[in-house]
Amino acid sequence: MNRIIKIVLLDILKNKIVVSYALILALLSWGSFMLEDNTAKGLLTILNVILFTVPLVSILFSTIYIYNSSEFIELLLSQPIKRKKIWISLFAGLSIAMFLAFFLGAGIPLLLNAPGMAGLMMLLSGSLISIVFVSLAFLSCILTRDKAKGIGLAILFWMYFAILFDALVLFLLFQFAEYPIEEAMVGITASSPIDLARIQILLHLDQSAMMGYTGAIFKDFFGTAIGLLVSFVLLVLWIAVPFLISIRKFDRKDL
Amino acid sequence: MKFHICLSFLLFFNCLWSQKIEVGSDKSVKTIKKAIELAKSGDTIIVNKGVYREGNIIIDKRIILQGKDLPVLDGQQKYEVVSIKADSVIFSGFKVINSGYASLNDPCGIKIYDRIGVVVKDNFLENNFFGIYVQKGSNCIVKNNTIKAYQKEEQRIGNGIHCWKSDSMQIVGNRISGHRDGIYFEFVSNSVIWRNVSKANIRYGLHFMFSNDDAYIGNVFKNNGAGVAVMFTRNVKMFNNYFEENWGDAAYGLLLKEISDSYIVGNKFIRNTSGIYMEGTSRVKLERNIFKDNGWGMKVQASCMENVISSNNFLSNTFDISTNGSLVLNHFNNNYWDKYEGYDLNRDGIGDVPFHPLSLFAVITENNPSAMLLFRSFMITLLDKSEKILPSITPDNFVDESPEMKSLVL
Amino acid sequence: MITLKNINKKFGRLQVLQDVNLEFKAGECIALIGPNGCGKTTLIKSILGMVLPDSGDILLHDESVLKKFEYRNTIGYMPQIGRYPDNMTISQIIEMIKQIRNSKKELDEDLIKAFKLDKMSDKQMRTLSGGTTQKVSATLAFLFNPDVLILDEPTAGLDPLAAEILKEKIIKEKNKGKLILITSHLLSELDEMITQIIFMQDGKVHFHKTIKDLLESTGETKISKSIATILKEKQHEQNN
Repeated sequence: MNRIIKIVLLDILKNKIVVSYALILALLSWGSFMLEDNTAKGLLTILNVILFTVPLVSILFSTIYIYNSSEFIELLLSQPIKRKKIWISLFAGLSIAMFLAFFLGAGIPLLLNAPGMAGLMMLLSGSLISIVFVSLAFLSCILTRDKAKGIGLAILFWMYFAILFDALVLFLLFQFAEYPIEEAMVGITASSPIDLARIQILLHLDQSAMMGYTGAIFKDFFGTAIGLLVSFVLLVLWIAVPFLISIRKFDRKDL
Repeated sequence: MKFHICLSFLLFFNCLWSQKIEVGSDKSVKTIKKAIELAKSGDTIIVNKGVYREGNIIIDKRIILQGKDLPVLDGQQKYEVVSIKADSVIFSGFKVINSGYASLNDPCGIKIYDRIGVVVKDNFLENNFFGIYVQKGSNCIVKNNTIKAYQKEEQRIGNGIHCWKSDSMQIVGNRISGHRDGIYFEFVSNSVIWRNVSKANIRYGLHFMFSNDDAYIGNVFKNNGAGVAVMFTRNVKMFNNYFEENWGDAAYGLLLKEISDSYIVGNKFIRNTSGIYMEGTSRVKLERNIFKDNGWGMKVQASCMENVISSNNFLSNTFDISTNGSLVLNHFNNNYWDKYEGYDLNRDGIGDVPFHPLSLFAVITENNPSAMLLFRSFMITLLDKSEKILPSITPDNFVDESPEMKSLVL
Repeated sequence: MITLKNINKKFGRLQVLQDVNLEFKAGECIALIGPNGCGKTTLIKSILGMVLPDSGDILLHDESVLKKFEYRNTIGYMPQIGRYPDNMTISQIIEMIKQIRNSKKELDEDLIKAFKLDKMSDKQMRTLSGGTTQKVSATLAFLFNPDVLILDEPTAGLDPLAAEILKEKIIKEKNKGKLILITSHLLSELDEMITQIIFMQDGKVHFHKTIKDLLESTGETKISKSIATILKEKQHEQNN
């Protein structure tokens, strides 16, 4: 297993796109911390990066990389290696690479400039979001054989979670403004990994507004230790479920 | 000069005739009640260390009652502990605990009935229903007392310092925590509340109603259930107070309701759910305050008018301002907003583009609080930015025409 | 050595393999022939586990290989069109496969020398011509001295010289007692190497004969001719 992960990882780390992704993240993070006089604003910039750029780069790069690895996968398949192992190694390699890029690019400036809970939560959420979208990339790759379709699907996934989902929630909120839908809203929010991460970060970033929020959803659910735990378990599920579906399909795929 | 001579003569005369009575288990007078019975007007009673369970102690003579090494007066949760029913009584240095609670007559740790010039200072009050209660007092001083309560239910707990229908009061340097309202003023005028610390009270740190011509200065109100409420009052001066960490859906650093002709100057509002909430407020000047790390810096309801908000710093609040209406009759000028992104070409320190402190999302959450779930999502950021460029929902006269480029030194 | 029992495979509605039963023994060199799309490659990929049959069983040394992977240690595979990660060099590819196999057996590097791959080992895969890529594929197939060699169109794209080298190598390995499975269109090339022939059509095994039987039954001396005879007969039958 480790041998293949190493091969994949080395190959990805040599990739110019990953290197420039890390560099751009670093530039953005350092820039926003240096230019703004309060760290809160710097944190906001990184928050937007986590909610927008990290998912996009993670899912697009991973999808393209997996399609481009089809030869490599085929080559490995004729070797005495378990199918699952090939897929898992690829996943591990990509996840580690995306995590490293995020950590080196955004994580280090975060830890140095905002060593509080908000910074830590961002680091954790950003890492998990990276991996969630790697996992979704595996799903979109396995769902269609065609590279163009697969990349399209990946972009759709991203669009849905980064933009459309929130528009949908906003729409629901206004449609049902008269009804007590807050708890249902919490449930709905939990079905988007980006929103889960965002709310956990928000609880630390906009503590005053959040902790005093009406309806007490935040305080009583997301704000508690259990809420935190549930949020992270859900994020881990967002990693596990798409990947497990993809690995099941890969195990039965004809190549 | 004449006055001084007269005064010193009086003092001398007083000393000559006043008597000192000591109370203690090893003294000839064992109980405080007995000592009061023995005392004449102008006498000093010194109470030594010990626990005194004497039910309701009534001070009905003009005397000085002084505790030595913090003697304990225990009301055994049945009685009002100390009732002051004479003018110019000085009561100091006691630990007053366990008053009765919740009967019709509001039993207190220390209660002043309809008197002038009473001084209550340097006492330690614990677990009383009401702490210090001034009823129809005037020229009384409540100073340097520490007042604590531990009950959790609102019904079983009264206010820390409660003043009703009083005048010319001085509430100075007290530390109050765990009561319903830390300091309560109703129909109190010409009074000052100075340098008190009111923390972790169940409802308000300071509750202030129908009390005109008062000032509160340099107090700290922190972590109270609902912050501070100032209501139905004219001509209040609020200077240099700290309003901190008042969190909750109905918690405000400072709640202003039906206030007019007042000054709010040099205060710090830090980490509150809402720094200031104002309703029906008019002709109030807000100057040189700091709003920092609040959920909402100010919530200005549409019923407010002719208020002037100038030279304040708004720093890293989630929302600087929000409102529930579209009509704006208040004036904003020369504030520093850290969300301001304009420029200053003529370098006079004032931004060349006006600042609209009301964000679209603040309006949305005002109408639909659940929308807070979506805060800082990409969608919302996008909507907010477009609204800033082309205001359509937010009232366009909600504006600071002369925003400061740099934060003001306050 | 390898037994295929009742193999069926469908791609969508298309039946690619239909009740295929075959047996291969060590020391044989078998040619798998048939028109395009008759299921040759699918059959090979089934043995390699890249295509999973819908039903039936594949045995190697009397043990099922379905859903296993260790058995691929004893197989060397040369694909029809070898596809390799673009930015790896020849030596990196060879090195990587060595790492993955982690084999302690003696390596067979004859072909590296014969194809002169060692002289261009720093070239990236994407810069190579189709023929050179095939040489790399062939090298990898033979590298670990496997008991079974599966070669999918081995000589296609190779220049005559290289094709000759490969043929010699195949014969050499056959003589060592290995099982060799070849698919090819070029019947003329097979003459000298093969001992048996399998003809497939529309996913079915049309016949499986030794060369001797085939030549005798048709009375020809060349494999290509005898196949042609059979096909003509068959067409004749169908027309009637």
